[in-house]
Amino acid sequence: MADWFLNLHPAWQALFRVLLFVLPVLILVPGSIWWERRLLSWMQDRIGPNRVGNITWSRTSRFVPSFLRGKKWHLQGLLQPIADGVKLFFKEDITPANVDRAIYFIAPALALFPAFTLGATIPWGPFRSLTPIADVNIGVLYIIAVSSLGVYGVVLSGYASNNKYSLLGGLRSSAQLISYELAMSMALACMVLATGSLKMTGMIEAQEQALWGVVPFLQNWHILTPYGLVAGIVFFICMVAETNRAPFDLPEAENELVAGYHTEYSSMKFAVFFMGEYAAMFVYGGILATVFLGGYHMLPIRWDYLHQSMPSLSYLWDRFEGLDYWFSPIWFLAKCVLILTTYVWLRATLPRLRYDQLMSLGWKSLLPLATSNLIVVALWIVATRVYGPMGGWAAVAVAAVILFLLYKAINRLKPGEKEELASRTIEMVDVPPARREVEMVDPATQAG
Amino acid sequence: MNQSLGGVTITPNLLLFGALGGAAAMAAVGVVAFNNAVRSALCLVLNFFLLAIVYFTLNAEMMGITQVVVYTGAIMVLFLFVIMLLNLGAPQLLRDREDPKRWLGLLLGFALFAIVAGQIFPSLLSHTNIGAVDGYGSPQAIGRTLFTQYVLPFEAVSILLLIGIVGSILLAKRRI
Repeated sequence: MADWFLNLHPAWQALFRVLLFVLPVLILVPGSIWWERRLLSWMQDRIGPNRVGNITWSRTSRFVPSFLRGKKWHLQGLLQPIADGVKLFFKEDITPANVDRAIYFIAPALALFPAFTLGATIPWGPFRSLTPIADVNIGVLYIIAVSSLGVYGVVLSGYASNNKYSLLGGLRSSAQLISYELAMSMALACMVLATGSLKMTGMIEAQEQALWGVVPFLQNWHILTPYGLVAGIVFFICMVAETNRAPFDLPEAENELVAGYHTEYSSMKFAVFFMGEYAAMFVYGGILATVFLGGYHMLPIRWDYLHQSMPSLSYLWDRFEGLDYWFSPIWFLAKCVLILTTYVWLRATLPRLRYDQLMSLGWKSLLPLATSNLIVVALWIVATRVYGPMGGWAAVAVAAVILFLLYKAINRLKPGEKEELASRTIEMVDVPPARREVEMVDPATQAG
Repeated sequence: MNQSLGGVTITPNLLLFGALGGAAAMAAVGVVAFNNAVRSALCLVLNFFLLAIVYFTLNAEMMGITQVVVYTGAIMVLFLFVIMLLNLGAPQLLRDREDPKRWLGLLLGFALFAIVAGQIFPSLLSHTNIGAVDGYGSPQAIGRTLFTQYVLPFEAVSILLLIGIVGSILLAKRRI
């Protein structure tokens, strides 16, 4: 079986790998739509869609087997996304007048393209002939490159709609995207520095080593290391901003911009935007899982070390290792679903960020945090090479203290300024000039 | 399958390069041919993207991905922003009047092309199996050279970038 596959032309092998990635994502997008609607509803103390396709077998019909007569099959609303798709398909496809036709038609496709292309370097299993689609030497850079292509779909759809609010939504969204892709690139650069390799498979191999270099029976998942935790949190926040999800969904907010850049897109084009958003959520979750959560491994435990240290229980370790190897796509999928759940949780919990809060978070908080994390990682590597592991920890502690004090010093309050607990006010800088003084005319003296 | 066309064997690589290079050349013509500024910019985006794919086929992955990150992902986004914010007039207003001098311009353009091509083409025609060796222009090689042999220009460029950032913030700042 493997020989037959490996003897095919490389182009056919590549096509097979692509299908093996794209088809599951296409099937999982409706599933994630269902999961989001149900979980969001439960968190908002309601039930959510559970009525579509519920089957109530007839009580009297002769064609129904006797054990089914009168029974109800609750499908828990799993057919709801299919119903949504059918509705969107049959909706009237309105194209506004005076739009730029060519750009109007390709913009949804441009929004969908990066969502799927992003997954070309993600390994969803240890089977190297099947995944990743392309194990290039620049795997992490590829992710940064394709995520920066995601700006085009948004800005072009906003521009082509011939609608001021869409244009505004598109421009705001693209400003948000380019701000947060910087911090995201910095977070990924931290992990590249710590791992020493740009390949995604290299990331997974680095996470199979011993935790912190010293704990031999645990895997070095990057989220369990200090610098990886900070980089992972920064990457997660930037990921939520890159997919335009709440609390960063000001560009598509209904209250402010009437759905922003995809206002003028009806039926299938809107469905393409929708699908692109959920596919991007999934694939970004896959990237987070690969770089920070250990990829396709089940638990952060090194079974081969346990084999060596406790050979008496080797039967048990064999079972676990087989489970880890053969079910690795399932573990990868489980991590993606976990990250998707966190996305929905964030949407249910946090209020939307105002535009200036959003920009301030991206530039003044996340980018300095990611950059200082990069400095700390570099310092750690150098100190570990020169002084050993203990020197590394000491250098990191000193660097963290220095950076924290620097941050406090830069952001200290000027004398006389109170700390605002809730910055809800907007300062007007260019105050309009005061109106002319109104002359009070007394009618009694002027009339005569 | 591997026929010969004028002394050059037709391989799938050549067909792929022909398709990509031809489309990139047509997109480049489209940049100057369109009256609509946004369509010109999008043709340029397409050109850069296809060029990046050409780099990938030549086994120069770092070059290709840098092309996507820098040109397609950052510079062209900036171009598109500016064009959209400029809100140029309708395309009819931008069309030049019929001018007999444009044929002279076309002729001189062809002459320039002939001069440059006459120098480049003869040495390139003999090569049919092109591609970088493994590891050429890889991130490791670039990093090593950048931090050992070219470290002073690297630091100077980073200071230049810092000056650019500080200058743009100063220019765009509101009155204090």
